[in-house]
Amino acid sequence: MNFLTDPITFLTNWLRSVFLGWGLSADLVQFILYALGAAILASGAMFFTIGLIWAERKILGRVQDRLGPNRVGPWGIFQTFADMVKIFTKEYILPQGVDWVPFNLAPVLSVGSVLMLWAVIPLASTVYGVNINVGALYLIAVGAIGTLGFILAGWGSNNKYALLGAFRAVAQMISYEVPMVISLLVPVMLSESLGMNDIVQSQKIWYIFMAPVPALIFFVSSIAEVGRSPFDVLEADSELVAGFNIEYPGLKFGMFYVGDFLHGFTIAVIFSTLFLGGWRGPFVEQVPILGVVWLMVKTVVVWFISVVIRGTMPRFRIDQIMVLNWKFFVPLSLAAFLVISILAKVIPAEWLAVKVVVLLISNGIIWIIADRILNAFLQRRERVVVMQQKLPVARP
Amino acid sequence: MANLHYLQGRIMLNEWLYLAIFMGVSFALPAIAIIMAGVLNPKKPTQLKKTVYECGIETVGDVRIQFHVQYYIYALVFLIFDVETIFLFPWAVAYNQLTLFGILEAILFVAILLGGYFYAWRKRALEWI
Repeated sequence: MNFLTDPITFLTNWLRSVFLGWGLSADLVQFILYALGAAILASGAMFFTIGLIWAERKILGRVQDRLGPNRVGPWGIFQTFADMVKIFTKEYILPQGVDWVPFNLAPVLSVGSVLMLWAVIPLASTVYGVNINVGALYLIAVGAIGTLGFILAGWGSNNKYALLGAFRAVAQMISYEVPMVISLLVPVMLSESLGMNDIVQSQKIWYIFMAPVPALIFFVSSIAEVGRSPFDVLEADSELVAGFNIEYPGLKFGMFYVGDFLHGFTIAVIFSTLFLGGWRGPFVEQVPILGVVWLMVKTVVVWFISVVIRGTMPRFRIDQIMVLNWKFFVPLSLAAFLVISILAKVIPAEWLAVKVVVLLISNGIIWIIADRILNAFLQRRERVVVMQQKLPVARP
Repeated sequence: MANLHYLQGRIMLNEWLYLAIFMGVSFALPAIAIIMAGVLNPKKPTQLKKTVYECGIETVGDVRIQFHVQYYIYALVFLIFDVETIFLFPWAVAYNQLTLFGILEAILFVAILLGGYFYAWRKRALEWI
């Protein structure tokens, strides 16, 4: 019965007893178990991406009134495998003047940084890589390695457009890290822990009901952090050819896309862990493995929303992205954080229902005020009409 | 008691050991895939193939150009806020033990930095030129 309700703990204990029975030392057994767990979790996330790419292409196809991949296998499920075979047999072209080390390090970094995020995400109360006491900080720190991958790619490829794309990518990503980290402070503050599993365990009421404005800011800035539409100026095809990855051949190019698709799903997992209660759900105390199902249900909903946003929103200009971040998200997230920190302190912890209602209302008020200020500024700004006079038209 | 501390230290170290292993695995996976593809794929480099694509026409001048000063200003402003949040994280972890005065201190801390923020705003450092 233990195996059915909590297979990971059961298997770990069983393997440990087997290894100890062989006469290995306890430290070595722990090392082997850690290595096994890390290998399974990381390669699981990696191979999960294959399905993810298919699903995202299918959804994007439907959004754009296309069929999406539909030839290889039922509903085109094996399309990604066909693409994989093709991209594996593509020649590696090393253009002249390429800086070899950054050029080859960049795709590895951009995938590795995303995979590393999975180490601290609790998939269920007993299924997690590790529950370090600085988990939330680890997420931010590791997320920044991806930015390093982009600048290395742009700098290494000996191409002006790639370099411009990388500059923009870095400017955008470090800018959006600020509101993201400030809104991440709110779950940390409410749960008084940086460990991801502790944050989930303290969410008797999902934090999105206590802090909807920081949740929204976190969601939008994590989309910007991945660099997806509407924040995809780093690979704006019409102005920068393809952004930082123009010169990349074969699988080195494919690795950037694996990192991109996996990151798109990973931000949904992080969002549901921090704000939607993670693995919490009915019957999760009796059957811990059910937490994986609840987490995946929440994650897929969030991920679906982000994919639909990707399919429907037009691209922002780089100055609009920067202004949106520095003049709207940063002050708004700071204001929301300070207001929540005061209100959560003033109301005693026993009055949980009152606390939730007050926080919800205060967040609504913050949002309305921010919206009014934004509208006032928008109306005050004069609009420049570019094409005023009639241009002469060539006639036959 | 000393034994307990020793044990906790070991557990902490083990968690970081797991992270180190995980880091190794997650960087090894894409590296192995890239090397595997490098073994599988054809190798027929020609001089024309190896030219830089850029945007379809030939590259003019040096590629590693000077970059716009605006990026540097963004990096500075980012640094201010990042350091601010790093200071706020320990504060947030100890949130329940704080008195209301502790909250006011954090507000004062943020307000001082907001002064710098509005200065940067007035100096038009936050706009893309």
